[in-house]
Amino acid sequence: MKVVEIKNLTVEYPGVRALDNVSFSIEQNDFLGIIGPNGAGKSTLFACMLGLHTQYSGSINFFGEDIRVSKKYLADLGYVPQKPIFEKNFPATVREIVKMGLRRNGNEKRVDEVLQDVWIHEISHKRIGQLSGGQQQRVFIAKALVRDPKILILDEPVTGIDTQSTDLFYGILSELNKKQNITIIWASHDLDAVNKLANKVACLDRTLFFHGISNEFFSNDELVKKYSESSMQKHMHHHIES
Amino acid sequence: MTLEIFSFGFMQRALVSGIAIAILCSVVGLFLVLRRYSLFGDAVAHSSFGGIAAGLLLGIYPMWTAYVVSLVSALVITRIKQKFDISGEASVAILLSSGIAIGLILISFAGGFNVDILSFLFGSILLVSVEDTVLILSLTGIILIIILLLYRELIYSTFNEEQAKVSGVPVEKINYLIVFIAGITVVTSIQLVGILLISALFVIPNITAIMYGRSFKQTSLLSIAFAVSSVIVGIFVSYLFNITPSGTIVLFSITIFGVTIGFKSMGFLEGSKINKKKLFLSNHFI
Repeated sequence: MKVVEIKNLTVEYPGVRALDNVSFSIEQNDFLGIIGPNGAGKSTLFACMLGLHTQYSGSINFFGEDIRVSKKYLADLGYVPQKPIFEKNFPATVREIVKMGLRRNGNEKRVDEVLQDVWIHEISHKRIGQLSGGQQQRVFIAKALVRDPKILILDEPVTGIDTQSTDLFYGILSELNKKQNITIIWASHDLDAVNKLANKVACLDRTLFFHGISNEFFSNDELVKKYSESSMQKHMHHHIES
Repeated sequence: MTLEIFSFGFMQRALVSGIAIAILCSVVGLFLVLRRYSLFGDAVAHSSFGGIAAGLLLGIYPMWTAYVVSLVSALVITRIKQKFDISGEASVAILLSSGIAIGLILISFAGGFNVDILSFLFGSILLVSVEDTVLILSLTGIILIIILLLYRELIYSTFNEEQAKVSGVPVEKINYLIVFIAGITVVTSIQLVGILLISALFVIPNITAIMYGRSFKQTSLLSIAFAVSSVIVGIFVSYLFNITPSGTIVLFSITIFGVTIGFKSMGFLEGSKINKKKLFLSNHFI
């Protein structure tokens, strides 16, 4: 069953086409890894899917409904941003942050459950600004999970996080997909992790140049090489510019 | 001598109104401070100066014209800020200066400053009437109920607008609501400390409380405690020494802030809670 369907998605910013005619669909319980170099349009794609960017042509359907027509899909969506921006001294505990994600009539017991699920119940009384980057990301995944989403969207969630925390984070994602049947859409630079965790891969560089079974992508040397070259060129370009 | 002040009607009204305003300012101010909108109160208060001057010129009760002018200018400046992507501080500067400019012109037409204008500039809590007290209590009640009902939406959109939007929070409407509530709170509070000191009530108790509080609720309650104690002590001291209450209230609030900064620099506040062990040791051995 298709839970997301994107057709001919094109986004233009002044002087640049960020996404060019991108079409693909996501099945229920998929673990989709979206890979692509910096500036490939991953964040733009997510901004469109989340309803944050509405200036696009084409269509995005969640659960069979166009997101420009209905915002009901947001209730079944959890989102973990790349690096959440918040006031460093924001006076809120981990528990209060997670509770923000609860639906209006949600059960508060669910807060305790998700705190346990992502291994942060012991730090639930701490202020969010006192935590490490890895711990903060687990708080944000708990906030996304507390509303029992059917789909979880993660935008490069482990950027700048240590290896140990990253491994723990990946373990949690895998459990959520396998045991709680949550569809995961995950943008990442980490090809090894995508190879291990995702069952589907979408390779994006403004246009979609691969979408399909993960094994098909990683066993195709030519595709991987093409991705690596494109990624390296972008990286060098970025490096020279900066 | 000290207890007799509670037998005076004007003192009872001043204390009741002052406490209500202190609670209101600290609760609303916490959202403004965390949204980096600390000077918004100042800007709305200055724009209300134009409204007060218009009221005095036209012979209308100045607080009503102040409410109208402040709310309209706060909502207009928020709209301009969103539409033309002007920074928060720049929009505050525009609001602040335009309010004063309009007020000064209107006062010139009216023949210059008088006692009424000065009482709005510097506050006149000892002069609040029974009607004023009822209005202040009613508005405080209504605003606190709105904040309690929309607590999750308010705190979520203050924490991170983008994430709140993705969770279905109507962020733009909440932003307008905050501005509207802040506008009403500012004008209501003018009688306590006056236009020139209003932002102190919004900012100082909250900045102090953020250094102690761990959770949002705890910070909010501490801020209320600091603001209320500043008002009570301020009014009390001003009566005893026959000095202005507004200045005394703000100075006491600054004193609490100063002591907190002292605690923090000595390491008594670590991780946003009082380091009881260090405080105990210093009390006994230093």
